[in-house]
Amino acid sequence: MELTNATALWMYESTVLIRTFEDRAAKLFADGELPGFVHLYAGEEAVAVGVCAHLDDGDAITSTHRGHGHCIAKGVDVKSMMAELYGRATGACRGKGGSMHIADVDKGMLGANGIVGGGPPLAAGAGLAAKLLGTGAVAVCFFGDGAAEQGTTHEAMNLAAIWDLPVVFVCENNGFAESTPIEYHASVTDIAERANAYGMPGVTVDGLDVVAVYEAAGEAVRRAREGQGPSLVEARTWRYYGHFEGDPLTYRTKEQDAEMRERDAIAQFAEKLEATGMADGAELRTIDARCEAAVDEAVAFAKDSPYPEPAELMDDVYVSYEA
Amino acid sequence: MSTVTTRTLTFREAINEALVQEMERDETVILLGEDVAGGAGVEEFEQAGAWGGVLGVTKGLVEQFGRDRVLDTPISESGFVGAAVGAAATGLRPVAELMFIDFFGVCFDQIFNQGGKLRYMFGGRAKVPVVVRSMVGAGFRAAAQHSGSHYSVFVHFPGLKVVVPSTPADAKGLLAAAIRDDDPVLFCEHKMLYDTSGEVPAGEHVLALGQADLKREGADVTVVAIGRMVHLALQAAETLAGEGVDVEVLDPRSLSPLDTDAILRSLGKTGRIVVVDEDNPRCSMATDLLALAASEGFDDLDGPPQMVTAPHTPVPFSPALEDVYLPSPERIAEAVRRTLA
Repeated sequence: MELTNATALWMYESTVLIRTFEDRAAKLFADGELPGFVHLYAGEEAVAVGVCAHLDDGDAITSTHRGHGHCIAKGVDVKSMMAELYGRATGACRGKGGSMHIADVDKGMLGANGIVGGGPPLAAGAGLAAKLLGTGAVAVCFFGDGAAEQGTTHEAMNLAAIWDLPVVFVCENNGFAESTPIEYHASVTDIAERANAYGMPGVTVDGLDVVAVYEAAGEAVRRAREGQGPSLVEARTWRYYGHFEGDPLTYRTKEQDAEMRERDAIAQFAEKLEATGMADGAELRTIDARCEAAVDEAVAFAKDSPYPEPAELMDDVYVSYEA
Repeated sequence: MSTVTTRTLTFREAINEALVQEMERDETVILLGEDVAGGAGVEEFEQAGAWGGVLGVTKGLVEQFGRDRVLDTPISESGFVGAAVGAAATGLRPVAELMFIDFFGVCFDQIFNQGGKLRYMFGGRAKVPVVVRSMVGAGFRAAAQHSGSHYSVFVHFPGLKVVVPSTPADAKGLLAAAIRDDDPVLFCEHKMLYDTSGEVPAGEHVLALGQADLKREGADVTVVAIGRMVHLALQAAETLAGEGVDVEVLDPRSLSPLDTDAILRSLGKTGRIVVVDEDNPRCSMATDLLALAASEGFDDLDGPPQMVTAPHTPVPFSPALEDVYLPSPERIAEAVRRTLA
């Protein structure tokens, strides 16, 4: 699959924007600026970006509790995201959702999800709607290795397979379901093997290599768009922060972490871009600075934004609720 | 004055007619569920539905609308109810059939945590126009996992609407309204009502959700009865009329939204209230209605509010026990006499 210069640079910028956003969110959380639970995506950027490079606003994605990266890769405005993390009225969900439910349906982002395994049936439904309405859209279901053990994930894969739905299941295998390692929680070494059980192609890729993810996802999205049904892509990745902010990370070793960080997705990709002449160091530093500025601007926007009015508590429980 | 043509239809036929009319009207309306068509993948049945639902409610629909719009599903409630929610958020108006309401335990996350909360969590920037049809009710000797009336659980959750019709005409009009509604609606069909008959408007018939219906006007006692209990309350009212007691029977029809005005208005008139519900009694619609009477209708109360419900037990199998489990016209009449005493 050919990777154009424009796509490569978009992918670089998107991964850096996610990293910058997440590192900032970690700091803001530690400083007591952000309320609630925050689950950060830093380290896993190549997965969301390599997949979403094939999608446009008409395509749907379902996400996880670790959803900021999916939002950014899908084109959700970082100002509205940061305002949502701050619980402000200008947030993507008007302050009603927060980090765990951040969404932008107009961008095809059907929400981060506080329920592990909550998203797969929704993705099957989005695929069903695309198929029956004939829109040509695809639905991508991001889920973690933890959600791979939920019944909903298996039910959704079976449904998508028997109905030939345009769905791509993307397992972000970061090795841990919260603190429980995959060697303990999964019956197989490769989650992708489970695709066999549902009669769909399954492939395991290096999730720290954005080009490898891009290529595998490209094939899966092409199949889906052409009516050939669902696929499963397992991306082996690594989260840099804990399961949530505040997680003491007592279940993995410093050596393990250092080893994975040696293969940092963004650093790897930057080297590749420079080595192939797709970009030079100065261009990449310009992009880095642009992302830093975008996050600065997002934080300022969030802090300047008002909180929701108390009366908004009662809004949007229903579209219409007479009596 | 316009004349509405009516015919006698069964409750089952009225539901089927609402589905046909809404599917003809709006091509984004689809049905999905276990055996809603029947015979999927079996060549000789591909054109014709083998079952049309286990009790035949969706019979004939696959022949008219095809298998793209009448989808048999695997026995996979989380999967297909969740898919209905996801499809609703992305442009369809799915009507999912959860065969028996007792099965909500295997898919409830997709209903209350996903379907019921999406709109609020997304700050109003999504809508989920999905209907979940489900059979409720005891009396079929179907035992504990196929006989419940667990709608109170759904009423508890903000974001969900809950409808429980008692007559064929109401079933048609409320199902049409549920399908056109932009919020998730649980539509409860009492299995013992499927073969009951009544006059049903022939053409378009859409009722508003959240409007109670006075099934019998009376001056002495308000009986608020839900679903099949409406018919038992009407029988009790007949008996009590012979004793000189004039009973009003109010059918809320929709439990969420709830027509609290109509209930309080009736209580204001009679000064006495009896609530009749087939669901279990704790944290239920019955207790909710009595709480309404106590908190907002206290000054109108001339006698102790009463409730007649199933006991706090699962539904038993043996006919000898199930008959005792169910509220009866006799128990309703006794409760009316108690509030008058």
